[in-house]
Amino acid sequence: MSAQVSYNDFVIKFANVNGSGSASANGMFAKALFRMGIPVATRNIFPSNIQGLPTWFEVRVSERGYLGRREGVDVMVAMNAETYEEDVASVVPGGYLFYDNSKPLARELVRNDIVEVGIPISEMLLPEFQDPKQRQLFKNITYLGALSALLNLDFDVLKSMIGEQYKGKDALIKPNIHALEIGRNYAMEYLDCPLRVQVRPSDAVGDRIMINGNSAAALGCIYGGATVCAWYPITPSTSLVEAFERYANQLRLDENGRRKFAVVQAEDELAAIGMVIGAAWNGARSFTATSGPGLSLMSEFLGLAYFAEIPAVLFDVQRAGPSTGMPTRTQQSDLLSAAYASHGDTKQVLLIPATPKECFEFAAAALDLADRLQTPVIVLSDLELGMDDSLSEPFVWDDERRYDRGKVYTAEDLDELESYGRYRDIDGDGIGYRTYPGTHPTKGSFFTRGTSRDENAKYTESPDAYIANMRRLERKWQTAAGLVPVPEISRSEPARAYGIIYYGTTEHPMREALDRLAEDGIHLDTMRIRAFPFSQAVFEFVTEHELVFVVEQNRDGQMETLLVSEGRLDSAQLIGVRYFGGLSISADIIAREIRDYFVENKLARISEVTS
Amino acid sequence: MSFISKPVVHHPQLGHNDLGLTRRDYEGPISTLCAGCGHDSVSAAIVQACAELSIPPHRFAKVSGIGCSSKTPSYFLGNSHGLNSVHGRMPSVTTGANLANRSLHCIGISGDGDTASIGLGQFAHIVRRRVNMLYIVDNNGTYGLTKGQFSATNDKGSTNKKGLPNLHEPIDLVSMALQIGATFVARSFSGDKRQLVPLIRAGLLHEGFAFIDVVSPCVAFNNHAGSTKSYEYVRGHRDDVVMADFVPTHEEITADYAPGEREDVLMPDGSTLRLRKLEETYDPRDRTKALNYVHDKTLQGEVVTGLLYIDPDASDCHAMLNTVAEPLNSLGEAELCPGSEALDAINASFR
Ligand SMILES: Cc1ncc(C[n+]2csc(CCOP(=O)(O)OP(=O)(O)O)c2C)c(N)n1
Ligand code: SF4
Ligand SMILES: [Mg+2]
Repeated sequence: MSAQVSYNDFVIKFANVNGSGSASANGMFAKALFRMGIPVATRNIFPSNIQGLPTWFEVRVSERGYLGRREGVDVMVAMNAETYEEDVASVVPGGYLFYDNSKPLARELVRNDIVEVGIPISEMLLPEFQDPKQRQLFKNITYLGALSALLNLDFDVLKSMIGEQYKGKDALIKPNIHALEIGRNYAMEYLDCPLRVQVRPSDAVGDRIMINGNSAAALGCIYGGATVCAWYPITPSTSLVEAFERYANQLRLDENGRRKFAVVQAEDELAAIGMVIGAAWNGARSFTATSGPGLSLMSEFLGLAYFAEIPAVLFDVQRAGPSTGMPTRTQQSDLLSAAYASHGDTKQVLLIPATPKECFEFAAAALDLADRLQTPVIVLSDLELGMDDSLSEPFVWDDERRYDRGKVYTAEDLDELESYGRYRDIDGDGIGYRTYPGTHPTKGSFFTRGTSRDENAKYTESPDAYIANMRRLERKWQTAAGLVPVPEISRSEPARAYGIIYYGTTEHPMREALDRLAEDGIHLDTMRIRAFPFSQAVFEFVTEHELVFVVEQNRDGQMETLLVSEGRLDSAQLIGVRYFGGLSISADIIAREIRDYFVENKLARISEVTS
Repeated sequence: MSFISKPVVHHPQLGHNDLGLTRRDYEGPISTLCAGCGHDSVSAAIVQACAELSIPPHRFAKVSGIGCSSKTPSYFLGNSHGLNSVHGRMPSVTTGANLANRSLHCIGISGDGDTASIGLGQFAHIVRRRVNMLYIVDNNGTYGLTKGQFSATNDKGSTNKKGLPNLHEPIDLVSMALQIGATFVARSFSGDKRQLVPLIRAGLLHEGFAFIDVVSPCVAFNNHAGSTKSYEYVRGHRDDVVMADFVPTHEEITADYAPGEREDVLMPDGSTLRLRKLEETYDPRDRTKALNYVHDKTLQGEVVTGLLYIDPDASDCHAMLNTVAEPLNSLGEAELCPGSEALDAINASFR
């Protein structure tokens, strides 16, 4: 146990009971650190339950800006007797266990290698607050107060946050601050404050914001001009639509308070995507948000939209499958079912954001791409990205930017034309010209269908016409590969022997894992895939390396499958690094598996080579 | 498709509407359904009704599911856009279309399989949602396109072509629509243009959700003795309520409908259908009575046709959603994008 003080570098985990009001106190804790300029990432590990089951809130505090999950807990705030045993066990040697010692700890739970910090929270609150329900709520605030002393939080920041939280309900501010002070004063008086693990003001946050991906995507839809949203509630996508509606009610009203948007809670996901497709066919930008089970239900409609060439935007905030799986845990396991959603030779465009900023940008981009490509665009987020607050670069919007509504003929265009055929490939990019319903009295109308048709949208079962149409859709797919976000590649010149591929939320632990591997002499070229179809650069990255690790948060290596089949790659070249337990993959797992692979296969490390 | 219009040899008897257009301008390409299929008569009635209303022919949006019935939107209103979607999901697609552009007249065409089986959920919910549209079910009591299986609207005991009886209770779409709050509910018979055309007109003008269940015999699989959706059966068992040339403007609604006259109607197959005299006592503004009436007549083996219920003060989903008057699809960056300054403020709110 080293006695060295460490600043702004720890994992603190709060163990609570779901529905006990801990969420807002824990959120305040994270926000206070953020306001002190310290990078933080939060993880809400919650049950599929409204009240009573255990829930955890983890805050990664990292001056170096590591926002991914790290194994081991430095400070455990154990407020749930039911999970006490496992909570105590998860503390790293030398770490701290913070608990309510109003009742003595069971002896068998005592560990000699950690520091116990007991505070008689219940006991102190008993005389202060009469109402037992209030007492329960203030317990959370009291431990917050104690932690402020123990970890050296800026108390003024914390107090000002109470003020913000209860703005308009001023009567609540005083008792909350009182509860804070009870905890803080006790700690100051009876405990050794601050602990070895503590915080100090920093400027590492810069101008970054703290937000979750669902809010970011909702804002992207507002900025990207979505006017119709149809959805069916499902965790973890629900908050995306709720955020859209909230922002739209602020930002999208006309001078009479009438709405320049429509949000419809559908009867199921089939109806939700049906509404999105109907609205998009009729010229409105529309989207839905769902998770795995909803994606499965939507798949017939996604085939219609692919084949009939109707734009649609779908956010799939992934959770752990199969079936209902672990509905409140994260995974990247819908990749294949999204990429090939629907029967027949169907392929779907995917955008894969890694940060809230990308959620914002990809949402707006998805609306443009869907119109440009006249096809569904699925934004694959996940529970951690969608629901957990994390540091993000602030969002930027260029006021000169115009929505790309794709190829759409107006009435004037039609008047200029000799003739019109909806599916003619005039420009050679596989994309025809649409007309919106109601455009012209006599020109440009056509019948949209999921059955085969010729380039004039006339029904046909001619093999030649069918094949020509399917080939054109293939050309369009190539066009898509050139329009979707490019991969983020970092490679040395010439390329190293080994590379690593990752995507989505693996971005955060990856930075940390790469740093750790570098310390061990393992240096890798990296590529973060951000979209499907893959561009040539994606396949080249694989072929120019001897071995490529593919890091994924699913069991079957879905990205690996997609790469091998789409790029006709040699699967022996790809080594899967996977975690699918429902928490996000950690830097520890990535670094350990790769290091082990190097050792087992006696691969040369740079430091060995150079030394 | 080049823009050479059809030869303009108009039928000498075709009149011009207020727009100077004839029925021809509201037609579509030639139908590929079986000769004598009731669905084609429904299409013809739609053409006539739309022409009579003098709505520009491109201002409709036609949406359908899958089935013979759902194919028909490609055979009428050739100057309008149409979307033949997936089986049973016409309601959701039409909802989206209507949300995007409220200024178009939405016509949804479905079949009894499409609506009462695979699409029953969507049917129920579009009724509740009050989408401003005309929803027509071409109801033949069978799955025409998949060759004659019983559908859920088929009456218990009714036989199929092989003589086998249907063992299940039927779903009555009209009663269901009444029960869950439809503001315009009618039933008619494909072979009765005189009744059907005015109903379609009224349904199109209705500000809200309008539903017409049209008994529409399938000549290939369900037009034999023993089927309760055959021409023969329906002709012998109808009970017409409001022979409604009923234009639901607010002034006229307060007056009771005028009693109609005894009519002989020429059927597509050349026979004559005698409509029963209207019941002057029937009040189409009473939902409960309408439900009871349909129920009683069904027990007597009669098919009630006509305008069963109308709420003259109906409103639609746009009113519920409080959307702007302009079509949402006409809004651009200026109306939709809050701009960078607002975004800076949003960023600041996350600090
Ligand atoms: C998901 C799906 N399941 C089954 C079918 C096959 N199918 C096509 S039409 C139809 C029944 C249509 O019956 P109905 O709606 O009554 O139309 P009709 O042909 O009688 O006018 C079925 C089952 C399909 N197209 N899609
Ligand atoms: S099978 Fe029946 S429903 Fe289909 S087109 Fe023929 S007659 Fe009409
Ligand atoms: Mg049918």
